[in-house]
Formats: sequence, structure tokens, C-alpha cells
Amino acid sequence: MFGAGGGTSSYREVEETDVIFLWGANARDNHPIFFHHVLKAIRRGARMFACDPRRTSTAQWADAWLGLHVGTDIALANAMARVIIHAGLANQAFIANATSGFEAYRAAVEQYTLARAERITGVPGEVIERAALAYARADRAVICWTLGITEHHNAVDNVLSLINLALLTGHVGRYGSGLNPLRGQNNVQGGGDMGAIPNRLAGFQDWTKDAAVKAKFDAAWGIDMKAQYGRNLSQMFEGMEHGEVRAVYAIGENPAQSEADQNRAERLLTGLDHLVVQDIFLTRTAELATVVLPASASWCESEGTVTNSERRVQRVRKALEPPPGARDDMWIIAEIAKRLGHDWGQPSAEAVWNEVRSLAPMVAGMSYPRLEREGGLHWPCYDETHPGEQFLHGRLWQQPRGGPAAPFSVVEHDPPVEMPDAEYPFQLTTGRRLDSYNTGVQTGGFTSPLRRGETVDISPEDAASLGVGEGDRVRVSSRRGSVVAPVRVDSSLRAGLVFMTFHHQDQVKTNVLTIDATDPKSGTAEFKACAVRIEPVAAAVTT
Amino acid sequence: MDLHLLDAAPTPAERAAIDAFLGPPKDGWTGGAREPQDAHTAAGGHHSRSQRHLLLPALLAVQRRVGWISAGSLMYLCQRLTIPPADAYGVATFYALLPTAPRPPRVVHVCDDIGCRVRGAEAVCAELERTVGPAHHPPTGTSHELPAIGSGWIRSPCLGLCEEAPAALLTQAGATPVERLFGNATAGRIAAVLAGNDSTADQTRAPIPQAGDPDLLLLRRVDRIDPTDLDAYRAHGGYQALRLALDLGPDGVIREIADSKLAGRGGAAFPTGRKWDAVAKQPVRPHYVVCNADESEPGTFKDRVIMEKDPYSVVEAMTVAGFATGSEQGFIYLRGEYPLARTRLQHAIDQATSRGLLGDNIMSRPVRFTIEIRVGAGAYICGEETAIFNSIEGFRGEPRNKPPFPVQIGLFGKPTVVNNVETLVNVLEVLRLGGPQYAAIGTAGSTGTRLFCLSGHVARPGVYEVPSGTTLRRLLELAGGVAGGRALKAVLLGGAAGGFVRADEIDLPLSFEATRAAGATLGSGVVMVFDDTTDFADILRRIAAFFRDESCGQCVPCRVGTVRQEEALHRLQAHRPIGGTAAELALLDEIGLAMKDASICGLGQTAYSAVESAIKRLKLFDGVAPR
Amino acid sequence: MTTLVSLAPPRRLVSLTIDGKGIEAPEGSTILEACRTQGTEIPTLCYLETLHPVNVCRVCVVEVEGSRVLVPSCSRRVEPGMVVKTQSERVVHSRKMVLEFLASSVDLSTTPEVARWLGEYAARPDRYGPPAPPAAAGARDGLEPGHHDPVEPGFRATVAQPTKIDNELYLRDYGKCILCYKCVEACGTDHQNTFALTVAGRGFDARISTEFAVELPRSACVYCGNCIAVCPTGALMFKSEYDHRAAGTWDESRQTVTQTICPYCGVGCNLELHVQDNEIVKVTSPLDHDVTEGNLCIKGRFGWQFVQNRASEERPQGG
Repeated sequence: MFGAGGGTSSYREVEETDVIFLWGANARDNHPIFFHHVLKAIRRGARMFACDPRRTSTAQWADAWLGLHVGTDIALANAMARVIIHAGLANQAFIANATSGFEAYRAAVEQYTLARAERITGVPGEVIERAALAYARADRAVICWTLGITEHHNAVDNVLSLINLALLTGHVGRYGSGLNPLRGQNNVQGGGDMGAIPNRLAGFQDWTKDAAVKAKFDAAWGIDMKAQYGRNLSQMFEGMEHGEVRAVYAIGENPAQSEADQNRAERLLTGLDHLVVQDIFLTRTAELATVVLPASASWCESEGTVTNSERRVQRVRKALEPPPGARDDMWIIAEIAKRLGHDWGQPSAEAVWNEVRSLAPMVAGMSYPRLEREGGLHWPCYDETHPGEQFLHGRLWQQPRGGPAAPFSVVEHDPPVEMPDAEYPFQLTTGRRLDSYNTGVQTGGFTSPLRRGETVDISPEDAASLGVGEGDRVRVSSRRGSVVAPVRVDSSLRAGLVFMTFHHQDQVKTNVLTIDATDPKSGTAEFKACAVRIEPVAAAVTT
Repeated sequence: MDLHLLDAAPTPAERAAIDAFLGPPKDGWTGGAREPQDAHTAAGGHHSRSQRHLLLPALLAVQRRVGWISAGSLMYLCQRLTIPPADAYGVATFYALLPTAPRPPRVVHVCDDIGCRVRGAEAVCAELERTVGPAHHPPTGTSHELPAIGSGWIRSPCLGLCEEAPAALLTQAGATPVERLFGNATAGRIAAVLAGNDSTADQTRAPIPQAGDPDLLLLRRVDRIDPTDLDAYRAHGGYQALRLALDLGPDGVIREIADSKLAGRGGAAFPTGRKWDAVAKQPVRPHYVVCNADESEPGTFKDRVIMEKDPYSVVEAMTVAGFATGSEQGFIYLRGEYPLARTRLQHAIDQATSRGLLGDNIMSRPVRFTIEIRVGAGAYICGEETAIFNSIEGFRGEPRNKPPFPVQIGLFGKPTVVNNVETLVNVLEVLRLGGPQYAAIGTAGSTGTRLFCLSGHVARPGVYEVPSGTTLRRLLELAGGVAGGRALKAVLLGGAAGGFVRADEIDLPLSFEATRAAGATLGSGVVMVFDDTTDFADILRRIAAFFRDESCGQCVPCRVGTVRQEEALHRLQAHRPIGGTAAELALLDEIGLAMKDASICGLGQTAYSAVESAIKRLKLFDGVAPR
Repeated sequence: MTTLVSLAPPRRLVSLTIDGKGIEAPEGSTILEACRTQGTEIPTLCYLETLHPVNVCRVCVVEVEGSRVLVPSCSRRVEPGMVVKTQSERVVHSRKMVLEFLASSVDLSTTPEVARWLGEYAARPDRYGPPAPPAAAGARDGLEPGHHDPVEPGFRATVAQPTKIDNELYLRDYGKCILCYKCVEACGTDHQNTFALTVAGRGFDARISTEFAVELPRSACVYCGNCIAVCPTGALMFKSEYDHRAAGTWDESRQTVTQTICPYCGVGCNLELHVQDNEIVKVTSPLDHDVTEGNLCIKGRFGWQFVQNRASEERPQGG
């Protein structure tokens, strides 16, 4: 957001805020300990609104659940904006001081009347209005989101529609007000921080646009970097499709099972000239590899740091010896470098971190001793005396404003690429469950009493109309593939909406159903919406 | 909140009982049929969670309809009120009158507590065992089958009808539930009631022994007027005090109360004026008035008599309290075993409301006050002033730690006046007479008159009103002395939480200061008389069993101490002491001291009082050698 | 850049006397905190810094001048001029009795510290007679309030009963439960807000229970293990620890505790990996870290087995 990729608020602020929006985020199940901070706020009296097609366990805590149709988030956000503007609650002083593009935004959201929004989203207009007014009138308010916002073909627009709301009301850059994507993996934030993204180096520095940055890195590494971004994951697969990408080195990623349209993903990976997989498991992807490099588990068999959703950098430490043959990731990379003619020695995690600190100002102050002593530090933390920033973008409130203006973005409702029709009458949305994690490679290791295997969750109404009950097996088919799974009747769903996870890929390959419609800006696929058909099958049939 | 409900549905009767109390469900998310609008919105936040205080009355509604709390009814209640099932189960299992295993719809609760015990309760129970069968026991294991027979009997702690001992309570669940507290309960009569021959419909109580005595203050209307008749109440001085109060203003009322030196009659004897003043001065709003009508101290029944026979006085006094302390909402927390009092109080509230004596413009002034009755469900501890709050709020009736005191943080976390029934009705007399004049009655340290509950081996049991400081001897004379002309052995003053005094101590003046000096207590006004035939070891064991049963279980000294106390008394009674009688008495003293010193609330702090007085004052076990 | 943060209201200092020594403590702090700050040891069982004090165990009672009864130091706040005695005869007596009451009714064999306290306070839990036979499985769950069957004279009642084992992750041995309410608080409003656990029943028959005492897999339990983390007696125990103890291989002297970050979602929960012989035997979280306050979810608490499964097999069953 506005130049730095990270949630703007700390968890502590979430506890002390007044209104919380959990938007496309089932934090109760997927970020349980973050939800503890939300619960603290609720127990203090804060109001919570949940925007989610399903009435999830998170939504059941909400003062109001806004059960929008899948992929109608922009219509909802824009309608809220219109309510706020018409109620005279737009924060004019903040808009004038800190933002740009408001007039175009105002004109755009004017089209999103409550009646129209109700038609698009399904959410009663008065509920939208109530939520909008609560947000705008709050002294402090945060919006948090997860994959319900980002796993869409228009993921970035979705995020921008939420940022717009914060800019409209001034709910960013202040203690207790902010915008927070909740990260799905323990170091997805840290990966970005470290430059493990195609368009930034460590510390979100753009070497293609900032000559000083390029000069700094070139000097440090003794190279002359090409001023060209890399590919994001979707672009890599596109590259494979077009024969431009012929070799892949996958570290700790299982794209053969985690990508949408799984059949395509497997085909492309199989067709590579060379696939190197470095993982702690022999995953499905590793099974396709030319070379497999067994790695140590980064969180308990090696040293380092990770960054969480509140931008707090924390230490991971080695507690166990890895199993025979498995090596530390850094060791493997250094050895590969050596084979390629670059002897980096065997640097310690701390030494590597110190190099990052020397090049990325936002973490410069975070020495290992400080991280140990202070239980982690929030970036930015510019020097050894800097306490780290609890929230970002305070500059927007400075007068005159520090740095560039935060732009409003005109974004329009754009429904999911594949909508239900006569042939595929149900909308499938995917997500996660409390006790499992992504493709289940790790969580499959323990016996969860909550786990019931993969199911197709359907509403009581659909169960009745299909003539199926709890545990009955059904065939779920999309234009791309078909799976068989037992039914779970779930009253948190409405008629026409069905839900699956991809936690049990060996059992039910949910991702053969999902659509590979990706957002051009972020590369995320539309896991949250595709059209399917459901047919009861005889009990004896299996996949 | 995200509720996880067991897969159990309510029966139509259970659903109907709950819906009759709560109204029909508002949407598909809270127990109704799923409607189209439920697909896109639902409420589940602060408002949904704020209904917790409806849990206990809703449980009682189910209990009255079907006689027990099934999983299906509890799940439906939880869905309706947004309460986690485990929490609701914890609340239900706290109360003796809310069984969570099947119980027959018609149950007679037979009092076997000390007051009834000395009037033949054990013989009644023994005969019932012979003629009807053993007392109902919960099914063991997880069997939840309904009992084959439609009735059963069960033992009960004191039912508060000691003047007509032995006492019993009929609870009959159904579409038209019946609940009746009746006295003179012989085994034959109970058996007939169990068989469906209801002889309890006539709720006439014996008149109070002093009925018509012109010197009575608190009891002056009792048995003189129709307790349902508001006009008769007014004709006998009713609602004069409220009018006076409105003229005096809140400060004036509190000044009169303070000048009267009125002290609480519930047992703790805290100055009422100071309590009211403290609440009135709290800036936090709202304020609440709670009338503690959970009269459950064994041997106590004075509040019941007032509520049954002069209910408007309670309503008027609470209204005065509300006006003086800036409260607009009052609760009467009434013990579940007093159905007639409930009927009479509710009638009085309804009448007063319809006549503008409760509601928005009381006596045409901008004064607002309403009263709601909350019924207990069989838990002595809920008479503790902070346990009452938890019970009303829909939680387990566990006492809270003090400080903070109720005048600061009370019901729903707000400043609250808690007064017992007798204390409140005294307020009417204070206003009628004026504070200083009221203070002239009784003694310097104990002003006004007091109600005493005479029971046990006494010729004319009942409630007596005498000026504070009257001697025990005088009181016993009023009541006709020991029944049957037998010799007096001991008097239990103040109930199970009080203590025994010997026959040679009956010149004790019944005032706070004199009893305190003598190491005794007035407590809740219990004066239970024991003659020379009494088996005190049996009485002590019953007292110990009472505390063990009624301990809420929160704090270790009380939870385990009451068990260890009962065990030691059991060993003494069975003549099987560990290490000799002296060692057992020393052990009891150690247990008692820890309960007194380290328990959270008055229950544990007084659980050893009666036992201690029997050991030290009556010298009960002196010279007792192990068999 | 100026960072505006929330400020806590100012705290004044309060002067009081503890065991004859004048001290100052911040307004709003408890007697226990004041005592610990000045190095006075007070035993506690139901107290935990991350939970709302319920002050039910009463082992932390102290004498406060002017107070009729002893007061729980864990929840009573300091007041100006307060005179506190932590070792008076009354205090010592009540502590001894509380310890005796607990030790005579509950199995304290896995409660840390308690053996030492029993010795220090000369508690003799055996003086209440031999224990009555343990309850049959589930029998205590059906006890109704207001009635009880006394034990045979000469014996002492206990809460002994069979261990409840109904899932693969943790078990409940309520014969070891002192009813400190910590698990209920952690499962309830203090942290997890799942409310799978409650105190049911009353008095000595009170017990920790699910609704209608159903087994955990039928209950609302989400296996976060936050109850286990706060249990002071080992009544709630990880299956991994239970199995090691049963096999006689549990040895805390051979265990290391390493703090790291959970491998799952992006919240960044701190884990403490308890490792014995290169094997994770249980996972906790530091109480004093503000991300978790000692709490985890099922994945963080129990989701570590995959690391160990790698040694024996290439990949876990079921993927």
C-alpha cells in the first residue's frame, strides 16, 4: 500500500480499535490467534462486521454479517463509500491533505446506490448503510482482509476498493486505524521483505526505477543488475505454456497441487526440461522433479527470521537436528552457488541478515540481539535506537504531508469470470479449515479430531433439492475436471453456493475444478469462484 | 458468537415453552425457519450476547413445562439466546430445581432439614420409602430415558415453612404447571399428592400468632387485610411512605434512613442509610435496586410471610429505595420454593403498575421505577448479595470477591442496592415515624423492631415482631414456651449460619450488640427451639450436609472444608473418631478456622458456626468416648 | 516522524507495609504483585498473569489489618496505608489447610511446587482417613446439586476417577483437578472464547465439564490446547507427554526448550518447542509475548508431528 507492502496496524492496535471489518477473512479459523486480538477488542466493546459469502465462525461473532455474493466486494465497498459521502462523513481535511483523485472516485461510486448494491451483493441495503456509517463514524477503525479479497481475477482492484474506504474516512496512518492483509503463511510477509518477489529487492526497493538503489546493490554484490522485473507465479506458468520457461527451481512450494486448474499445472511442470525441487517433503511437485534437494524445516531445524502480518520480524531457531540427508536451505543455496562458480563460504543466518540490514534501511536497526531481547521488532526500524513503527503511513497526517499523496483508485464491480449457468448451476468457493493447512502436507502429520476428510459443503436447501444427505457421495464437475466427495450439509451456506477446501489433495483434487483466471497485476488465481455441477453418485463409486 | 450445538432437537412442548417465554425466533439463525433474507445477513454481536440474563427464567420455563432440562431444550435455548451450550449446562447444573437428567413431571420435595427434622420429617421420609418407594435418584450413566412413572419424591433443604413443619413443595410440570408449598405434610398426604389427589389447592396459611396486636409495626397489616387488595393496603397506611418520600426528595429519604440507624436484617447488619447513600452518590448509571427475597437460611420464613400476606409493602419499599438511590429498575430475587409469594408479588406489581404506582410517572411525578421478579432455582448461595447478581445475569450463582462492593460494581456491573425484604419494609416505618422516632424503638445499637422466626420444639411456632433488645426468654414466652412442656435444651439463633445458645442463656437480649458480646448472632432472625429429646449429633450432621450441598464449590476452604467437616461429624456420630474425640474436635476446629478465615463468602465463613457453638457452648461431645 | 500511540492512564504510587517493611507499589497493582516485586514468595495455584484472577484456590491468602477475614493477594489491590502480613499464624494455618484439603482430595502428583509447599506448611493430608474408592467412569458427571451420598465413615471423599481419553491430542485426568477455573477461563472470555468447558455441578461435586459431559469430539472443543497450557496440575495433559510418562520415558532434565515461530499462518505465534532426544514432546507458547499470551491454535499446538514423520517415512499418510 502506498509503496510498502505490509499491514499498517499492529495487533495491539486491533485490540484497541472501535470498529473492525473482517472482509473475506475467516480469521476465527485461519488466523486464530489474530482473532484473539479481535476478541479482546470485542470484549472491550468494539463492533465487528464480517463481509463473507459464508456465515463463517468469524461472521457469527459479527454485529452484522454482510453475506455478499462471491466476487461482489467492490460493489459493496463502493456502495459504502457512497453512503459515507452522502452522509457528509467523508473526511474532507484528510482527503485534501493526504490523497489524490477524490473527485473521480466520488463520481464513480455515485453509481453504486444501495438499491443497486443490494441487487449485486444480495446484502440488504440497510445493512450496508449501517456498516458504512459505523465505519465512518468510528474514532478508530481497521479493515482486515485475506484471500476472500485476493483470490479473485480482480484481486488488486478488490484491495484498492478497501483502501479507498480508508482514504475516504481517514482510517489509516493513525493509532488504531488501518488496513491489514492477514498473511496466510508464516513468512509470506518476510518473503516480500527480503525481495523474494519479482519486482522489488530486499526492503521493497525498486532497482529499475531508483538509480541509487541499483548502484547500492550493484556495488554490494559486484554485479550489474538488469533493469527488468521477474515473473510472478502465474507468469511463470504462462512462460512454461509458451516455452519461454524451461527450467524451474522450486523451494518450499507445491504448485502441482496448490495451483488452480491442477491438471494444467501438472502438465506444464512435467513438460519442463529441468525441475529442481527443494523441500522438506517429497511433495507431488517433488515427484515430478529432475532433482530433489531434501531441506531442513526452516522453523525448527535452522536459524533465521520471519515477518508476520503486523510487520514484526521475529527469530526462528533450530530446535532439532534434521533427518539424515536433509540440509539447511542456506547451505544448499551456497553449495549450488559454489558449483556455479561463486564461493560464498557458509554464511550464518545472522551474517546473511546483517547483509540485508546493510542494504535495506527499513530493517537496519534490527540486530539479532535486539530481536531476541525485544521479542521481535516492527519494520520500519531504521537504526539501533529506533523502536520500530507500530503503524505505517503516519506521514499522511503530517502537515504538510510527508511523501507523495495516497491515490484514490476508481474500481468497478466485475463479477467472477465464470458464473453459474444452466449447465453448471452452482458456485464453488474454496477455502480452508481450522485444523488443516493448504495442501495438507504438514497438517496431515497429526490426527485431528476435527478432521473429516474432504467434503463438498452445501446448504440444507441444496441438499434437499439434490436429494442428498450428510455423507452421501456426489460428483462435482466443472468445465475443467470432476471429483467425487461426500456431502457435508452446512447451514452457513446459502442455496446455490458450495464450499470445498484443497487440504486433502490425495483424496479429492479440488483444484482440478478451480479456474485459472488470474489477476493480471498480482498473479493470484480466482480460487474463490467457479461454476460447478453436482450429481449424486452411487455409494460404491470412488475417484 | 460461534456456537457449536449438540445434535439434539427440542420436543414441541419444550420449544413451545421457550417460545412462550422469549417470543418466536426472529430469524433462521436463532432457531426459526430459514427465510430468504437470512441468506445475506445476520446479527450475532453484542446485542445477541446481551440476552444472557434471560437464561435462568427460560430454563425455569422449560422446567415448568416438562420437568427437566433435556439436551434438546438446552440447545434450542442456546441458539435462541446466543449462549454456549457448555456455559448453559454449567448454569443449569448449578441449581437443584433444574435437573439435567429426566425427572418425573410431578415431584414432591420433602423438607428433611433441621426445623422439620425435629417435627418428624425423617419419619415422613421413612414412611414414604415404605409406601411410595425410594426417593428419586438421577439415572446413572448417560441413560436419558424418561421415567416410567409420572411422579416421585425427593428430599429437600429447608423450604421456609417451618411454622407448619413438616413442609413439602409440589412441582408439577405441564401445560398448566402447579407449584405449591404446603405444610403439615404427612406421608399419607404426600402419597396422595403424588398419586394426583391434589389437596394443596387451598393455600391458606396459619395466621401469625400476634395477628391483630396493635403494637405491631412491620406485621400490622398481616392477616388483617386481603393481600391482593391494593385499596385495602392503602386504607391501612399503604403508599403513605412513598408519598412522603417523593416530598422529602432522595436526600431527605436517605437522611431519615440514616437517622433511624436502620441496619440490614439479612444477617450482616450493615447500616442501610450508608448503603443507599453510597449508591445514590455513584456517578455511574444506571443504578439498580435488588430485593433479596432468596430467603433460604434454614429456619427462616419471615420474608415469606410478608411477601405472601403484605406484598404491596415490598413493592412500595422498593419504589422508595429506587427513588432515593436514583434507580429506575428493581429486581426481586425470589427463591424458587415460594410459589405463593411469587403469585402475590406479581399481582401486587401488576396492580401498582396499573394504578400509576410503578412505571413512568409514579404518583404523577417525573419518577420512573419498574420491578421485575427473578425466580431462583434451588441454591442457598444465591442469597449471598453478589451471587444474586451472577444468578440474575444468567451465570452460575457464585459469589464474587469483595471488594469491589455492590454499591460500586453490582448487578450488570453497576452500582446496586441489595436489601433483604425485612430491611426494605422497615423503610416504610422509618418514613412513617420519622428517623429519630424510629431510632427510639429498640436499643441504641439495634433500632426498630425485629422479626423472629420461631420453630422447632416451640408451642406456637411462627413469625413474631418484637422491639430489638427483647430477651430470648420473653420471645419464648410469647411463643408459649417449649412444646409439650418439655425442658429446653438449646436454641439455635440465626440459622445454620448462626449458633446455639444454652437453656441457661435465654436472658440474652436480642440485639446486635448483646448477641455479638455473647458470641452469638441474630443472623436472619431464626429462633429454633430444641428440647431435651433432641439428637444434636444428627442435627449437626444435617447442618454440615446442608453446607456441603449448598457450597458453590468455588473456593477450596469451603468446597473441601464442608466435606471434611461433615466427615468428622459423621465419624463422631458413628463413634469412630480418628485418634479419639478430642483429636476430632481439634481437627474440626482447624477446619472451621480455615473456612472462616479463607473462604470467599459468608457461606464458608459461617459453615462452622453452628457446629462450633454446639461443641464449645453446648459441650456436645464432652465426655463422649469412642464406642 | 512522530509516532502517536495510545497512552495508558498515569499510575500513582501507593505506600503500604508488607511484613513490617514500608514499600511503594503502583496504584492498581495487586498485593501479590507488590510482594513478588519485593521478593516475598507467596504460593499460588489458580493465579496466572494472563488470566483474570478468580481467587478461588485461596492458597495465596494474606492478612490485611482491619479485614475480618484473610484476603486473596492475587486479586486484592494495594491501598494507601495497607498493612499486610504474609506469614502470620492465621495465614500459615489457612494455607496449610488449603493444601491439606487439596492434597487429601486430589492427586497432586504432577503439580509442580506443591510437594515443597506441603512440607513447608507441615500439611498432613493423610489425617482425614484413607481415601474412599474412586468414582466409576462418568459417575461424577451425573451428580445433581443439593444431594449427596456421604462416604463410609472413616474414609475421606476424593475426586478420584478414571482418566478421560477421547482423542489423540490431549486427555483429561480430573482426578488431578483442583478446580482452579483456569481452563474454563482460557477456553472462555479470557482468551479462546470457544466455551467448550464449564464448571458444572456444585460444591464438592463441581467438575469441569462439556455440555452434558459429552466427549470432546462431540463438544465445541477446537483443540487449541490453551487449557492445557494453563492447567497447573497436569489434569489436562498432552497425549505425547502422557504416553511418555506411561512408558517411563518422560524426563524433563533431558529436555531443551527452544523458542521459534509457528510454521503455519502469518500471525507469527511464538512457539516453545520442548525437545527430548531430538523429538518434540510438547509445544507451548511464552505467556509474556504479546502476540500469543501463551495461546496457540490446533495447528501451532499439535501440528508439528510432520517434522518427525519425515525421519521414518518420506511423506505422511493422507498428504
